[in-house]
Amino acid sequence: MVASTRVPSSRTSQRHLVGVAAPPLVALVALLAGWELMTRALGVPAFLLPPPSAIARAGVTDAAGLAMATLITAEAAVAGFALSTLLGVLAAVLLATSRPLERALYPYAVLLQTVPIVAIAPLLVLWFGPGGRAVTVSAFIVSVFPVIANTLAGIRSVEPSLRDLFRLYGAGRLATLVKLELPAALPSIVTGLRVAAGLAVIGAIVGEFVAGFSEGAAGLGILVLSAYRQLRTDLLFAAVLCAAALGLTLFGAVSLTGRRLLRRWHPSARG
Amino acid sequence: MGEASPSRERGVRVQIAGVRRTFEGEGGEVPALAGIDLDIAAGSFVALLGPSGCGKSTLLRLIAGLDRADAGTIRVSPEADAGGATFAGGVVRSAATSTAFVFQDAHLLPWRSVLDNTALPLELAGVDAATRHAAAREELSRVGLSDAEARTPAELSGGMRMRVSLARALITRPRLLLLDEPFAALDELTRGRLDDQLRALWAELGMTVIFVTHSITEAAYLAERAVVLTPRPARIVLDRTLDLPTARAATIRLTPELGREVQVLQEALERGGA
Ligand SMILES: Nc1ncnc2c1ncn2[C@@H]1O[C@H](COP(=O)(O)OP(=O)(O)OP(=O)(O)O)[C@@H](O)[C@H]1O
Ligand SMILES: [Mg+2]
Repeated sequence: MVASTRVPSSRTSQRHLVGVAAPPLVALVALLAGWELMTRALGVPAFLLPPPSAIARAGVTDAAGLAMATLITAEAAVAGFALSTLLGVLAAVLLATSRPLERALYPYAVLLQTVPIVAIAPLLVLWFGPGGRAVTVSAFIVSVFPVIANTLAGIRSVEPSLRDLFRLYGAGRLATLVKLELPAALPSIVTGLRVAAGLAVIGAIVGEFVAGFSEGAAGLGILVLSAYRQLRTDLLFAAVLCAAALGLTLFGAVSLTGRRLLRRWHPSARG
Repeated sequence: MGEASPSRERGVRVQIAGVRRTFEGEGGEVPALAGIDLDIAAGSFVALLGPSGCGKSTLLRLIAGLDRADAGTIRVSPEADAGGATFAGGVVRSAATSTAFVFQDAHLLPWRSVLDNTALPLELAGVDAATRHAAAREELSRVGLSDAEARTPAELSGGMRMRVSLARALITRPRLLLLDEPFAALDELTRGRLDDQLRALWAELGMTVIFVTHSITEAAYLAERAVVLTPRPARIVLDRTLDLPTARAATIRLTPELGREVQVLQEALERGGA
């Protein structure tokens, strides 16, 4: 975000990276060391709070199961995110066509955000059956609102003079959408998608808690539940770490793609 | 700067009769234009002067057909073509009148290259890529930006951006060119250069130019005719054909003739209550 007047060289950007990455890494190491020492010194039972070393061990011994679960959750989260991108942008484009339509429908879009997904997840099971599809829909419902809201705001904030320009040259509705509104809204859309990426993972895992029980395909949400029932707290922690890594990866991929798309013209992608 | 007998048949005549425009504001009605009558000959260069907020942009948008008047008529037509129905509030155009608008800011599309920005009007008109790019290159060389075609607007100076905006306006060979304080945000030197460039383009292409400005000196230097408006709601206080040689060059900026015209315009602005 910070606009730098210096021309960035690869050397300075590397130094920049170290500057950004070092403090949280130091904090992490300190935290882990403290955690390990505390649990050992105080003799905390492993089912309450396992030491980091135990979590690491669980991560290694259950690596195959964790990887499988992560993949299954990733599939639902990515599918839900893709649905959000497609339908969210489409909905915003529709809402942007008229103020009365926006006033009539936007409250329901807001409702999507406030509805407790845990409460409607059983409905999703009834409608879509247990398993991947219900989980995908859960990821979609949780993540679609920021896409709609940000896309709509982006389209609404197109410079009026640019609209005049398109009108003067006889541009039709579709040309204005494709050549003016969507490109102008792209920075906002990317912002919405970044938020949606993290939410899609959360939506998928919450969806799995309720709707994820299907034969042979247990995602991270199921793994968390079964680890909890067996008091395998070390495995539970490892699964949570996998979920966090999945969310970060999706968020990173979306951010990177957004930067690529906006690199040449938008200040948020510079410096 | 050679301005010998420019061809004037390309321009259009603009006839404005009894035009009123009132906006609905927060605290009631805001009258912007209160009965404007103006007949602008084809191919002329007219400067519109007036205090801030008096309704200059409103008038320009009405002429461009971007807004509708509450009363009165605006007719934009080639000199030869006297026919055609008029209707209240609307702008009447003959088929062959194309209008271009240059705003105070360049208003380029930041995600497009200079070349694609310049070619935009042709692209929207459905012209194929090869043809419109060739036309855009020609316009860019006309405004002296041939070597910048691959850059994006963020990589240009303010003056260069304004020149791209001018090139984009000229690419459709408009018969009416409307400029709303186009160079106001630029430094004096750049502004002077662009003034000269605009005069030269007008002399070469012969379109009708209506130029809104705050600068009295710029108005006197550029235009053949100056129209001075009162504060809101705008009325015309002075409509004057400037007594200056047709061929203008930077040296004229220092002559007593220009000084005299500036003074006349200044007095009219003050008389109007600015
Ligand atoms: N869309 C609008 N809605 C409401 N009021 C408007 C609108 N457009 C213009 N006005 C009002 O009409 C008046 C004239 O505005 P206009 O923009 O034409 O002035 P201007 O002479 O171009 O001013 P400036 O020199 O500052 O650009 C102003 O008081 C402005 O607030
Ligand atoms: Mg204005």
